[in-house]
Amino acid sequence: MSYTEAEIWLIMVLMGIGTFLIRFSFLGLIGDHKMPDWVLRHLRYTAVAILPGLVAPLVVWPDATGGTPDPARLAAAGVTLAVGYWSKGVVRAMLAGAATLYGLQFLLG
Amino acid sequence: MPGETKKSTYLRGLTDALPFVVVVVPFALLFGVVATEAGLPMSQVMGFSFLVVAGASQFAALQFMSENAPILVVLASALAVNLRMAMYSAAITPHLGALSLPRRLIVSYFLVDQSYAMSVAEYEKKPAMPLHLKLAYFAGVSTPICPLWFASTYLGARLGDAIPAEYGLDFAMPIAFLAMVAPALRTPAHIAAAAVSIIASLALTWVPLNLGLLLAGLLAMMTGAEIERRMS
Repeated sequence: MSYTEAEIWLIMVLMGIGTFLIRFSFLGLIGDHKMPDWVLRHLRYTAVAILPGLVAPLVVWPDATGGTPDPARLAAAGVTLAVGYWSKGVVRAMLAGAATLYGLQFLLG
Repeated sequence: MPGETKKSTYLRGLTDALPFVVVVVPFALLFGVVATEAGLPMSQVMGFSFLVVAGASQFAALQFMSENAPILVVLASALAVNLRMAMYSAAITPHLGALSLPRRLIVSYFLVDQSYAMSVAEYEKKPAMPLHLKLAYFAGVSTPICPLWFASTYLGARLGDAIPAEYGLDFAMPIAFLAMVAPALRTPAHIAAAAVSIIASLALTWVPLNLGLLLAGLLAMMTGAEIERRMS
């Protein structure tokens, strides 16, 4: 790394300000104003639209295996989704996923 | 909520967020370790976690910095990773938009993946929740997450490379996020949106600056909204 100390602080502060403004964007500008129905309809799907896409590449091509699909990680992801979907319990889903991962890693070596 | 006070709602948020300790701690530890190994002094490692509070983008910035990328490239890539938070901001606005400006500023600082996802799931389960209880729940959820983010970064920077990389800890985040999403798959519209999100994000990994995820997210939101419109 060949940045000066000041440059690193500059990166950090600008990243902090930028990230904060992204978070504040709608909350700050729209605040209490009513949003149109079609916008609200789209926003209801934000979590299920972003989080699965965020983790999908990490599940299919994990860094830990150098990007090769790994049966233990794929199974753990599947079990987490299935248990969370049917039991509606976040903690139960996480525990089931972790148990699957460690169990299969142990069995498959 | 009849019978619910600010305090009990806050405590419920706090307990609901406790399982996410297993995500936040290893992720922040790892950032502390990696940033220290990349040559950042403690003050700067902590500066990142305090000023940015967004793990994935902090890793992205480190990655580009270790390649000595131009400052603008570092900033653009790291901020692109965080653009998803604009959608979180929009999605939480119908619930918390009526707060005073100082409170909205504070909520914005603490608006991370977990606090957003847990709070909105709670608000949708209880649409009649009054504003002050919604805020109390958000504060409760944020309480274990953000301070632990700072503390674990510090610990990671202290420990350096004493933590073995191979404990499958890389997979804590995917498992936690999937566990958050799965109970939210309440309708065919939600399931279709999640499926489109996964397929599109895998198909669009070639798009630079992580923008493939945003495109996938937009496509998935349009899918969910369109199915809801046709079914209602």
